[in-house]
Amino acid sequence: MSSETSLPDDARPVLLRGVRIHWDKVRGNWVLLAPERALALDEIGAAILAETDGKTSFAEIVERLASKYNSPAEQIAGDARRFLVSLIDRRMAEARP
Amino acid sequence: MSETPATAVPPMAMLAELTHRCPLACPYCSNPTELTGRKAELTAEQWADVFRQAAELGVLQAHISGGEPASRRDLEEITKAAADAGLYTNLITSGVGLSRKRLDALDAVGLDHVQLSVQGVDAAAADEIGGYRGGFARKMEVAGWVREIGFPLTLNAVMHRRNLDRLEDTIDLAVRLGARRLEVACVQFHGWATLNRGALMPSREQALRARDTVAAARIRLQGVLAIDFVPPDYYAKFPKACMGGWGSVGLNVTPDGQVLPCHAAASINGLTFERVQERSLKQIWEDSAAFNAFRGDGWMQEPCRSCERKTLDWGGCRCQAMAITGDPAATDPACSKSPYNAALRASAEAYAGSGTDLTYRVAPA
Repeated sequence: MSSETSLPDDARPVLLRGVRIHWDKVRGNWVLLAPERALALDEIGAAILAETDGKTSFAEIVERLASKYNSPAEQIAGDARRFLVSLIDRRMAEARP
Repeated sequence: MSETPATAVPPMAMLAELTHRCPLACPYCSNPTELTGRKAELTAEQWADVFRQAAELGVLQAHISGGEPASRRDLEEITKAAADAGLYTNLITSGVGLSRKRLDALDAVGLDHVQLSVQGVDAAAADEIGGYRGGFARKMEVAGWVREIGFPLTLNAVMHRRNLDRLEDTIDLAVRLGARRLEVACVQFHGWATLNRGALMPSREQALRARDTVAAARIRLQGVLAIDFVPPDYYAKFPKACMGGWGSVGLNVTPDGQVLPCHAAASINGLTFERVQERSLKQIWEDSAAFNAFRGDGWMQEPCRSCERKTLDWGGCRCQAMAITGDPAATDPACSKSPYNAALRASAEAYAGSGTDLTYRVAPA
């Protein structure tokens, strides 16, 4: 499945139940906790997931991050879509229509 | 090639074996052949303390297992303690001993995820392996409750010669039950499974076909079902990176409080395992002789020592090295570079052609 098909601009991504971000106080970074998985998050990954609430569309998430980090929207969109689609493919997130 | 210093980094995960009691009698049970009885089990208060220590030490996920963890009436209290300590909680269960009411209680105390084992795709096949009539029907009921409550579900399917030809059906079952993940876990031959190599060893053709079936299903089911695959390592080119390296990622606490680097580590002669009743988890993880015995790569011999893969697979499985070669510091015989590999492969083919009866796990005292 192509990235745009899995996560269109107007879809509202959300982490599935049992998948959550957690502050790892021992290692000093954010992690994504999921069934049988713990993924260390970099700053961008944590920022993307902080906006991922099932209400905000992907296009709005990109807009917010682009303004927050003063970066080109196309670049943010590419990174954010790749990351979120990788979670959708692994059943950690879904795109609500 | 430089040696990685054997300094402990914080563990990510702990396996909490609450009990060795289990209504099933699977002939490949991962519990040791010498089982711990009920009277020696840690109390719920002791588990709560262990979970708090684990979280302080850096553990993120608690895998609550057994035996069958639901054999403990205080499973809900123990799970709450793990969740309250800030750990991600995963219940590893056969389903037998769970009810809708108990699952609701586990939901209320903060259980994150359920991993349900299946021994086969229908009652006849599954209950023969589990040695428990009605087990399959109960699992199907439990899977339904899990879905109704909304817990994420992983199906754990242990595969071997008798059921590998039904791998496609197993994948279909996982989809039908609404599982998000499927673990296709080919039997690893330790403990009880070693007694059943003749009955359970897959053929080389089955091993190759399973790999292809999983590869195709992963593509077909992307976004529907995530599939993890543990291949039958007797036919592998390189060994499994057991535990992600000894004393590196995870630890195991047994029903009576021993802290092990892996669930089969008690099979290694000469190692003494410390208990949570005697020392802190931090001291055991960082300083105990057993955890430091195979940490890093300073303990390695040839061909591991000069191998470019030594920090990828960490020499493979120490327990398997012990079981086959008698030396726990030897290269895992499942590695094609091991001098024992040809004999191991030949033994696999011989076992796969034998077909003796099953030796079931017995119940602990």
